[in-house]
Amino acid sequence: MSKPKVAFFDFTSCEGCQLNKLNFENDLLDMLELVDIVEFREAMDDKADHYDIAFIEGSISTPTCVERIYDIRRRSDILVALGSCAVSGGINAMKNLHPADEVRETVYGKDKYLFPSMPVQPVSAVVKVDFEVRGCPMSAPEYLQIFKSLVLGRKPEVKDYAVCVECKLKENECVLDKGMFCLGPITRAGCEAICPSFGQYCTGCRGVVSNINEKGAVDMLKQHGFSVKEAVNRMKLFCTNELESLNKWGA
Amino acid sequence: MGRDLNIDVHHLTRVEGHGNIVVDMKNGVLKKAQLDIVEAPRFFEAMLKGRNFHEAAIITSRICGICSLGHQIASLKATEAALGLEITEQTVMLRKLLVHGATFQSNILHALFLAAPDFLKVGSVFTLINTHKDVVLAALRLKRLANDVGDVISGRAIHPISIVPGGFTAFPSEKSIEELKNKFINQGIPDVEYILDVLISLAGEIPVFERETEYISVYDEKEYGLYDGQICSSDKGLYPVDDYLKVTNEFVVPHSSSKHAKFNRSSYMVGALARFNNSYDLLSPMAKKAAEAISLKAPNYNPYMNTVAQVVEVVHCLEDSIRLFDILLDKGIKKEKPNQEPTRYGKGIATTEVPRGILFHEYTYNKQGNITTANCIIPTGQNLANIDDDMKKLVPELMNESKEDITLKLEMLVRAYDPCISCSVHMLDVDFIE
Repeated sequence: MSKPKVAFFDFTSCEGCQLNKLNFENDLLDMLELVDIVEFREAMDDKADHYDIAFIEGSISTPTCVERIYDIRRRSDILVALGSCAVSGGINAMKNLHPADEVRETVYGKDKYLFPSMPVQPVSAVVKVDFEVRGCPMSAPEYLQIFKSLVLGRKPEVKDYAVCVECKLKENECVLDKGMFCLGPITRAGCEAICPSFGQYCTGCRGVVSNINEKGAVDMLKQHGFSVKEAVNRMKLFCTNELESLNKWGA
Repeated sequence: MGRDLNIDVHHLTRVEGHGNIVVDMKNGVLKKAQLDIVEAPRFFEAMLKGRNFHEAAIITSRICGICSLGHQIASLKATEAALGLEITEQTVMLRKLLVHGATFQSNILHALFLAAPDFLKVGSVFTLINTHKDVVLAALRLKRLANDVGDVISGRAIHPISIVPGGFTAFPSEKSIEELKNKFINQGIPDVEYILDVLISLAGEIPVFERETEYISVYDEKEYGLYDGQICSSDKGLYPVDDYLKVTNEFVVPHSSSKHAKFNRSSYMVGALARFNNSYDLLSPMAKKAAEAISLKAPNYNPYMNTVAQVVEVVHCLEDSIRLFDILLDKGIKKEKPNQEPTRYGKGIATTEVPRGILFHEYTYNKQGNITTANCIIPTGQNLANIDDDMKKLVPELMNESKEDITLKLEMLVRAYDPCISCSVHMLDVDFIE
């Protein structure tokens, strides 16, 4: 059996997720035994025509991004969105909070209509995304697990429960009980609650679970002296695009 | 009859971000030699507006994955200056260790994974795994060691977690610091010595080219300038950090979505070679020996030697980390609560060295502790004018070489600066042409 052809592409992002891949120092060589990396601009010169698995990092934020992602999708059997920027628009989507015309004018001044500009979108807004690896940055162990599943031809496990679950398993003291704000109750797990484990609050970088327990989350925040308004403001950091679909939270 | 030459390298590989090299020569007359920056602009200053001081470093960290720690350090220091937050000696020491880790991680990544394939005439580090496995393994171990520093002290090497305004939210155990120290001594130092030997054997592959320019870096009279200090220009001397706009003078050029900068001349250089040239005397003893072994003397005017200066800095960071580990272990690690009670609200400016050069962040806060204005000046942006000036001198010197060789040398030149293009186009007010 020939090895799967794997490629990595970067769109609008910090390229930190790609870098995270080079950070599997202990597993990198083993991974390379299993696949052929045929395109990875940040690390190599080669280019290829067809990919068994294409990993996409970054958001769609210019017309050129749209053209590129169509082209890659056409040539890929499986397409995986890597990290929050690709999955939801992530932190880039904060720019969408400002009126497009205002942003364009600040950027281009009197030439604002010369250059096409567009709101930041997730990859899935433009082409079909087969699998997602969430997080900012993506969690390296989770990526490794999904990578292995795909190489073995299995469907990767997708976690769709709150960060609170993993935080409890880590036996952390509840962040809200410590008097800090936290988005753990509505944010998707898969990060092993790494931020609460290091004394920080959950910033919601992995996006929201598919069926939020809204009443429970709102009650929980209120009990600890935090308002929905504050939660919405905090969610603008990583979840701007997701907020649009959360009517009550956006209210 | 002069030569016609047309080079267009679209989306240069093995650099962070998207750039094109464009050379246009007609009849022996150089019309154009420049690096076009075609990265999508990211609007970070707009994103920061209205955000609380707790969030500033979380946001600016995302400007760049490779430089996330450096952006956090500059961001935290600017916030602390603006809000009058004092930090402890232990916080400074832990931050310096993180800076050392991030610096040698990035320097190793660039020198061995991105630049070395050129010296060995292959397209990527993946080829080297078969031909030079021991070197790749040593580099991977060093990278892992740097990541361990980030993991142990800040929870994560990319977008660190526990490093916040006023201090830290979590602390490493003394045992984990002791373990790190032992790894540095038993594995880090031998690995970097091995890599240095390999680099010495490849020294002949580094192109010979000189162009004296202005070198700008952080300068600290007590130690090799990385974490903090004044602005140092090799032409004009020292300036306080508050004068950063006077030194950087950013300006827009049509071929780059990242702004250019100039001070005393038409361009200046930042990064490992600039730091080496300005602060050579303050390098650790082993780093000085390493520089001597590889014949790198300050001042050096060959931009290709930036990669070599990076490896010398790896030695410095390893040796100085061991010194800091000892002080921490001697004093014991205290679980200090971060100081997050502002004593004032206003403007704060900070500088720090990130692997690619000097970085500035400036924020203004209102009385709610929210950002009203933000400005970040990034090393790669400061280097772009210098890269263009290098190309304009280099191309005519290569006129007897084939187009392929000229292209390779230009690619190597851009790579030598280790440009970080994601960082450089963070700006709000840019011309974006593609």
